[in-house]
Amino acid sequence: MAQAIPAGQKWWSGGKSPFNVEYGKLMMWYFLMSDAFTFGAFLISYGTIRFSSNSWPDPNEVFRAFPGMGGMHLPLVFVSLMTFILIMSSVTMVLAVAAGHEGNRKKVAFYMVLTIIGGLMFLGCQAWEWTHLHGEGAWWGRNPFLNVNGSRASTNFTNFFFTITGFHGFHVFSGVCINVIMLIKTLRGDFDRRGHYLMIEKAGLYWHFVDLVWVFVFTCFYLL
Amino acid sequence: MSNEATLHGHPEVQTVHEVHHDEHGVHHHKETFITKYVFSQDHKMISKQFLITGMIWAIIGGLMSVLFRLQLGYPDAHFQFLEDILGSKWAKGGQIQPEFYYALVTMHGTILVFFVLTGGLSGTFANFLIPLQIGARDMASPFLNMLSYWFFLGASVVMLSSLFIATGPASGGWTSYPPLSALGDASEGSKTGMDLWIISMAMFVISSLLGGLNYISTVLNMRTKGMSMTRMPLTIWALLFTAVLGVLSFPVLLSGFILLLFDRHAGTSFYLSDIFLTETNKALPNEGGSAILYQHLFWFLGHPEVYIIILPAMGLVSEVMSVNARKPIFGYMAMVGSLFAIAILAFLVWAHHMFVTGLNPFLGSIFVLLTLLIAVPSAIKVFNWLTTLWRGNIRFTPAMLFAIGFVSTFISGGLTGIFLGNSTLDIQLHDTMFVIAHFHIVMGVSGILGMFAGIYHWFPKMYGRYMNNTLSYIHFWVTLVGAYLIFWPMHYEGLAGMPRRYFDYSQWLSFNQFGGLNRFISTVAMITFAVQLLFVFNFFYSIFKGRRVMTRNPWGATTLEWTAPIRPGHGNWPGDIPEVHRWPYDYAKDGRDFIPQTEPLGPNESAH
Repeated sequence: MAQAIPAGQKWWSGGKSPFNVEYGKLMMWYFLMSDAFTFGAFLISYGTIRFSSNSWPDPNEVFRAFPGMGGMHLPLVFVSLMTFILIMSSVTMVLAVAAGHEGNRKKVAFYMVLTIIGGLMFLGCQAWEWTHLHGEGAWWGRNPFLNVNGSRASTNFTNFFFTITGFHGFHVFSGVCINVIMLIKTLRGDFDRRGHYLMIEKAGLYWHFVDLVWVFVFTCFYLL
Repeated sequence: MSNEATLHGHPEVQTVHEVHHDEHGVHHHKETFITKYVFSQDHKMISKQFLITGMIWAIIGGLMSVLFRLQLGYPDAHFQFLEDILGSKWAKGGQIQPEFYYALVTMHGTILVFFVLTGGLSGTFANFLIPLQIGARDMASPFLNMLSYWFFLGASVVMLSSLFIATGPASGGWTSYPPLSALGDASEGSKTGMDLWIISMAMFVISSLLGGLNYISTVLNMRTKGMSMTRMPLTIWALLFTAVLGVLSFPVLLSGFILLLFDRHAGTSFYLSDIFLTETNKALPNEGGSAILYQHLFWFLGHPEVYIIILPAMGLVSEVMSVNARKPIFGYMAMVGSLFAIAILAFLVWAHHMFVTGLNPFLGSIFVLLTLLIAVPSAIKVFNWLTTLWRGNIRFTPAMLFAIGFVSTFISGGLTGIFLGNSTLDIQLHDTMFVIAHFHIVMGVSGILGMFAGIYHWFPKMYGRYMNNTLSYIHFWVTLVGAYLIFWPMHYEGLAGMPRRYFDYSQWLSFNQFGGLNRFISTVAMITFAVQLLFVFNFFYSIFKGRRVMTRNPWGATTLEWTAPIRPGHGNWPGDIPEVHRWPYDYAKDGRDFIPQTEPLGPNESAH
C-alpha cells in the first residue's frame, strides 16, 4: 500500500523549480484559469447587456417555485437548496482528497460516490428548474417575465440565463463524468498501484472550480 | 521505470538522469508506420505535422490573395480560365463575383492568421524546440500534444470543407462581426459557411488550449538539470509567453462564438437589436442586444492574437541572429522583460480596434496611451537586435537573411502602428488600405519571415539534411523586395482615403487614379506567390534529396538541440539528458568561437 506523497517531494529535476508541483496539476490550474476567462467573458457580457437595459425582471418573482409546493411563493428557496447540494458535494470531494492522502482506497471510493450523487442531484435540480421555467413559457428567445417596473422585458434575461446556467451545467456534467472515471480507477486499484491519489486531487480541483463558478452564477442571476 | 512514469512525475523522477537512462535509447519502443507518422506522440513528428499542414494552408491562403488581387488589379478583365475552374456562380464570365470576393478576403484572413501563423508557427516551433532546447524527453503530456494536432487537423478539415458548399464559405470578414455574421438571410456567406467557420474555430481554440497548456507546463516543469529560467534560450521565453497569451485569450473568443451561435440558431438577441433586413424586407424582433459586445469579445482575443503570431517569430529571430552574428544576444534580460511587457500590454489595448465604433472618447484616450506604450518594449527589442548585429561576425545564411528581413519589416510596419494607435488619426485611417499595409508588414510579413528563418535554421535538425542555398537566397530576396513593393504603395492609397475590403475601386473617381498602382501591386503579388512555391519545392526536395548533415552542430550553436543525435529518436538523447552549466549565448568568449551550454564553467569564469 503506497503512502501519501512525502512532504517536500521534488517533482522537478532541474536546478530550482518555480513550482514544486507535478505537471498535471500545473496543467489543471492553467486550464482552470483559461476556463475562468470563458465564464468571465460570459458574465461580463451579461453585465454589459443588463446595465444597458432600462429595467430587468426581478429574480424573486421568477425563481419562486419549489417542486411539489404548487403555486406557493417561495423566492430563491429551491436555488438555495441546489447551491447547498453543490457545496456539500465539494465538502465530500475534500474528504475524498484527504482520504487519498491517507491512501485509504475504500474511503476514497465512498466519498467519491457521495460527490457523484451530489453532482447528479444538482443536475436533476437544474433539469427540474429548466423544465419548470420552460413550462412557464421561458426559453432561448422567449421571455414571459415582466421587468421589475412592469414593462415588457427583452428576451436577454432568459437568453443569458439558459446559456450561462447551461454552460455551467455542462461543466457539472463533465465533472460528474470525470468523477465516475476516477471512482472506477479507484475501485480497480489503479491509484494504489501508482502509489498516489494525485488524480483524485486534480479531479477535485476541477470540481471545486465548478462550484466556485456556481457561486458567481448564483450571485449574478439570483441575487442581483 | 517506464517512459510514462518519467514524464508524469513519479516520485523517483529527480534521479532519472542518473539511473533510468537505459530505456530511453533511440529504439526504446517499437514504432509502426501509424504510430510514427500518423498518430505520433513524438513532439518532433507532431511539429512536422503542424508545419506541413500549415504550409498547405499557406499555399491555399496565398492563392486566395492572388485571386482577389487579380480582381483588384484588373477589375474589367475577363479571365475565362477562372470560370472554367471555379464555375459560373463564383466567376461568371471570368470575372470574380462580389460574394466570392468577400469570401476570398475572409478566408484569406482566417487561414493566414489562425491556421498558418498561429497553428503553423507556434505549433511547429513550440513542439519542436521546447523539449529539445530545455532538455526534456518530450512534452509534459505527449498524448494531449497529439490531440492538439488532431483538433487542429479537424478544424482544418471543417474549414476546408466550407469552401466547397453551395452557399460558399464565411464572407463577413475574418472578424465575423454581427449582425452580418449572425443573420443567415443577410448574405450567402452567413449561411452554412458561417456555421462551419464557427465550428472550425471552436475546434481550433481547443487545439490551441491543449497545445498551450502543454507548452507552459513543459517549460516550467520539465527543464533539465541546471536549466534555470534565465538560462533558457529566448525562443523558449517567447514560446512560453505566446502560450500564456493563447491560454488566456482564446477562451474569451470561444464565449463570443457560443453567443454568436445562439444568435444564429436559437432566436436570441445577444448581439442583435433594432434591425431591418432589406434582403427579406422585414423588421427583426430582436431587441436589447449589442453588436459592440461581440467586438469587445473578439478583440480581447484578436489583439493578443497578433502577439501570439509575432512573439514566436521574435524568439526565433533572436536565436538565429545571435548564432549567425557569432555574438551573445544584446541585453538578454531586457529581451525577456520586453517580451513580458508585450504579453501584459497585449491584454490592455484591444479597444484600439474600435476607436470609430462609438467608443467613449475618454476611454479611447486611455487605450491610445496603453497602445503607444507597446512601442517601448518593441523598440527595446529592435535596438537589441541591431546591437546584436553591430560589429558581429555575420554569416549570411538564408536563416540569418530572413532574421534581418524580419527586423526590417518589424521596424517599418511598427512605425505605422504609431499612426494607427492615435484615436484621432484613426478617424482618417480606419478601414483604409493604410491599415492593410500596417498589419501585413508588421504581423503578416514579419511573422512569415520569422517562420522562414526558423525553418531554414532548424531544417537540418528536423530532417538531417540541408536545404538548397541558391533557391533559399532567391526566395529571400524576391520575398523581401516583393513584400515591400506590395505593401508600401498601400500606405499611400490608404492615406488618400482608399477603403479596404472594396470589390471594385474603379467605380470611384477619387480612386481611379490608383488603377495603375493596383495593377502593379497585383503583379508583384503574383510573382511573390510564385517564389513561395519555389520554397515549397526546395523544402520537400531537400527532405528526400538534400545534402546530408554530417556533424551534430552544423551552425556552431550553443543550445541543447545540437547536442542530440543528427536524427534524434523518440526521447531525443540516447543515454543521459545533458546537464546545463551556462546561458545559451556564450559566443566569441575567451577567444573561443562558442561554448556549448553543456560545458562546465572554467576556473576563471563566473556563472551566468
